[in-house]
Amino acid sequence: MAELGGGDGGKKKGGKVRVKKSSTRIDMTPMVDLAFLLLTFFVMTTTLNKPQAMQINMPDKPKEDDKPPEVNEKNVLTLIMGDNDKIYWYMGITDPEVKVTDFSANGIRKILMEKKAELPKLVVLIKSLDESRYKNMVDIMDEMNISGGLRAALVEITDVDKELVKESQL
Amino acid sequence: MARIAPPIDMTPMVDLAFLLVTFFMLTATAIPDEPVAVDTPSSVSMVQMPETNVITITVDREGRVFFNVDGQYTRDAVLDDMAGRYGVTFTPQEKRAFVLMSSMGVPMASMKQFLGLTPEERKEITQPGIPVDSAHNELVDWINMTRTVTQNKVRIAVKGDSDADYKTIKKVVNTLVDRNKIMKFNLITNMEKGPDLDAAIANQRKAEKH
Repeated sequence: MAELGGGDGGKKKGGKVRVKKSSTRIDMTPMVDLAFLLLTFFVMTTTLNKPQAMQINMPDKPKEDDKPPEVNEKNVLTLIMGDNDKIYWYMGITDPEVKVTDFSANGIRKILMEKKAELPKLVVLIKSLDESRYKNMVDIMDEMNISGGLRAALVEITDVDKELVKESQL
Repeated sequence: MARIAPPIDMTPMVDLAFLLVTFFMLTATAIPDEPVAVDTPSSVSMVQMPETNVITITVDREGRVFFNVDGQYTRDAVLDDMAGRYGVTFTPQEKRAFVLMSSMGVPMASMKQFLGLTPEERKEITQPGIPVDSAHNELVDWINMTRTVTQNKVRIAVKGDSDADYKTIKKVVNTLVDRNKIMKFNLITNMEKGPDLDAAIANQRKAEKH
């Protein structure tokens, strides 16, 4: 502040007005800083923006005169997505024993691996209760992809399945 | 003896930096305003979605369904077809408003009123979602019209919120499969690193030995 008001008094004593020589070179550093900041920003945003997707193939609806494919019921694993991220599962169709598991690494992934090793012709039916959430469906399809080579299908839930889940009281 | 380092000419580097900045700025596309924020679940799947000819069906956590298709020409033609089907006529201004929008979740009955609003007003109101019930299903028409307009070149992507009810998802999937006869579609997910399967198997074997 002091220099602004009385700075000129000192210089006038010398009797000469000196023109300060300024360098002809401009310091480009701030501009380069900004350029690289923008560059980093655009590089980051463009690569992360591409949406990933998962392909879903629904089974075709059987025609009237189509014979259902013959599957040994011992090879059928049924997974039922329940509320609170629970998975109810059972083998076979007649009088099955319903068990419950979850999405942890020791849960459904282990079961799938064991069953796959045990039964090479394993068929997985995925059913969802209305109480389950969308994430469960994506997660279980993801588990199918991770396990690899499984025959899996998204199937509508039946009243029998709902009864089984209710009876199991898990 | 310390010597003064010779000054480095930064010009080529700056040239290159600005060239890249310009390139990325021009290629970057702004994400359009979505009426709802959706937190998609993650998966290890790495399928890339194409950028054009995609119908995006968004399902938010309250179970509302939104429809979006890219391409101004497609949007214009689809709205025309829908207007004919539901007996509504739109003014050129209203059509223009629809073409410039992104996702929308409004039943055809209130579409005219919705398109008459200013963009700011449209952001304010909560959209009720497109009807997907078996009795009153407008989504099936939106998809059918879009498929006709694009000569079946369009792909379907379902973008659901992690916490969305399975009930609504089921309705959307049933619409696609039963009504539109679309067996193949995509679910938009976030990227996630896959588990190390070899390590998992090795661990399991080790556990069995003990």
